[in-house]
Amino acid sequence: MNMKWPYNNEAGKLQEDYCDVLVVGGGLSGCFAAIAAAQKGKKVTLLEKGGISRCGSSGTGFDHWEMACTNPGSKVDPLEMTLALEEEQDYYSNAIGHYIEARDGWSCLEDLEKWGGKIRDTEDEFKGAAFRDEKTKLLYAYDYNARYTLRVFGTTFRPALIKQLNKLGVRICERTEATTLLTTEKNGVKTGSGVIGFDTRTGKITVYHAKSIVLCMSRPARIWLFNGDIPGLSEFRPFQSIGTGHAMGWKAGMEFTMMEKSIRGEFSAYGRSFPPYGTGNNHNTWYAATMIDSRGVEIPYVDRDGNILKSVEERYLPAKGQKFFLKGGVIDEPKYEWRGPETLPFDKLMEMGYKLPFYADLTSMPEMERKAIWGLMVGEEAKTRIPVYDNYNSRGFDPKKHILQSYGTGWQSAAFLEQERQLFGAPGGIIHDWNLETNIRNVFAAGDSLYASDCAGFACTSGRWAGKHAAVSADKDFEEVDIELINNEKKRLLKPLENKDGYDWRELGLAISKAMQNYCGGIKCDDTLKQGLKLIRSFKEEQLPLLKAENPHELVRVHEVSDILDVSEMILCASLDRKCDSKPLSFKRSDSDETVADKENAYLVISKQNNEVHSYYRKHRFYGDIEKEYEAHEVKE
Amino acid sequence: MKDYTYKITDASTRSISFDEEKCIGCNRCVEACQIDVMLPSTEGKCPILVWPGECWYCGACVMECPVEGAITFRHPLMNQARFIAKDDLKKEAE
Repeated sequence: MNMKWPYNNEAGKLQEDYCDVLVVGGGLSGCFAAIAAAQKGKKVTLLEKGGISRCGSSGTGFDHWEMACTNPGSKVDPLEMTLALEEEQDYYSNAIGHYIEARDGWSCLEDLEKWGGKIRDTEDEFKGAAFRDEKTKLLYAYDYNARYTLRVFGTTFRPALIKQLNKLGVRICERTEATTLLTTEKNGVKTGSGVIGFDTRTGKITVYHAKSIVLCMSRPARIWLFNGDIPGLSEFRPFQSIGTGHAMGWKAGMEFTMMEKSIRGEFSAYGRSFPPYGTGNNHNTWYAATMIDSRGVEIPYVDRDGNILKSVEERYLPAKGQKFFLKGGVIDEPKYEWRGPETLPFDKLMEMGYKLPFYADLTSMPEMERKAIWGLMVGEEAKTRIPVYDNYNSRGFDPKKHILQSYGTGWQSAAFLEQERQLFGAPGGIIHDWNLETNIRNVFAAGDSLYASDCAGFACTSGRWAGKHAAVSADKDFEEVDIELINNEKKRLLKPLENKDGYDWRELGLAISKAMQNYCGGIKCDDTLKQGLKLIRSFKEEQLPLLKAENPHELVRVHEVSDILDVSEMILCASLDRKCDSKPLSFKRSDSDETVADKENAYLVISKQNNEVHSYYRKHRFYGDIEKEYEAHEVKE
Repeated sequence: MKDYTYKITDASTRSISFDEEKCIGCNRCVEACQIDVMLPSTEGKCPILVWPGECWYCGACVMECPVEGAITFRHPLMNQARFIAKDDLKKEAE
């Protein structure tokens, strides 16, 4: 039975809105960008597709803040950290973003504390713990000696940010799906002039005119991984985070890099894996949990030289002669120089006679370490606060008594096929300069939309930096927008509501993921990529116009599929233009041309101009002298 | 322009359920959900879970609910990770 929609119907309406700085996306980077621009006295509008109270990847919390190299306890210098990451990621690293993160992370945390967030153990819950600094009451994670990563009370951050946004008078437009980046071109220079979006409950379309724009949207998802029955569990990040910023940028001529990089799926819950951080493991949120096998025999941790560590304490300390080790979101199997303590590799464990399944065993850990994992980390992380911490507690889980099973062979507790891929592990995205400005003037970007980005600290620091620069650039007049384009967009956006006999968005979603698995899977070649591109383009031209929507909620889903098609096109084009295998990019071809290996050991930059795809290679370290450039581009208070 | 309508889109799993006795129909969960998987209740009744398949299991609805126990969160059966008492592992091994 069809039921009546509870919200207003404003499908025919078109509204105009004017602001100095328009921030698109209300996650961590968007909030920091909007606050920074408003602090500079600008009139700021913030668009968010969901509800502002708990939106974004970290809406319900986060557990640790990486690379805060200027915090009072850090023994690692921001430059040292940036150079380590650069080398660790074979120079496919976002050193601009990471240096800003390493240098500004602590002051963003101080801001959050000022606004009401909790960053210290003020209740002395962890008094005397090895990871606590008794004077500052800060709690550290991973490397207790180097102390550059902090354990934080991330569930308190979102309410603090919203309070600050309201205090500064930022206009928050919730439930608004941005769809189109408006640009104007004069003397060959393209400039951002606004964004079109529609209300996800009423269907009203608004043209947001802005003097400068900050794109703070997610990285793309649901490209290879899609489940039509439970689409919400297709990927790790929020269901609706599907890379609309990438799609908007692509259509407007924005430059991207590393879009040919994808990795075999690691996290997704739709059958190949379990709730993230919800099984026995010893990574990220769960580092350094004790692991045991099915006989109850402890699995040894070893240092980078293979020496077995005898105590739990040693799991948090660098090896002899090592200044610091790298651990965290994007670090999987680091190079020797930065490799930290780790349990023995799976194959070795099998050789040694360890028996499956394995379990995480917090029962035998020192009390403070147990509480730091089950309580602080699992209790503050967005994906675990309610789904794992509260849910497992209510099912009777007692960390002093119970052990939690691991599945399969790895810490992800997942078993994906080679063609089931994700944009994960510092994937591609928008390429930018030291102002975090894109190739389109007055359009900035931050957070997950940037190339090789990762994690909460990166999002906050890049958001603040981009917001400040957007404020500086907003000292100009509004650009004119093309009325004909707006009218055409209006028609395009509303068309699915008129398609009576159209079909469901999920059918096309399934077709895209199957096409990408078939034609752009683990091993690529020119012929399959070309076929894939042809198919994806035919979906865009012939199938997309047939999708139907009965209400604005379904209209959002249809336009997300449109965005996924644009991103798929970008990935296929980037993959076609990289001719040689690249290990750091997890890029493999059956027809790899090794003669171009040297030339292609660089960033492949790709864009679409006047309906034609262009690409070129840009050298690694294009960003110059890191410290000097940071200082030259820092917006002073 | 036609009238908007909706139908409940069934899925093979449901992440949340409401306790009709406890729910006060305040719709705070509807506002907290970033996916908008629910539509608001009318006349103080529980919200309607219209798109259960689109839930990404973040628990924001539970977090924002003012009445403890009004919303029950449940993982799909296939995703319910197993835990056991460590002592039972020893017994199993024997």
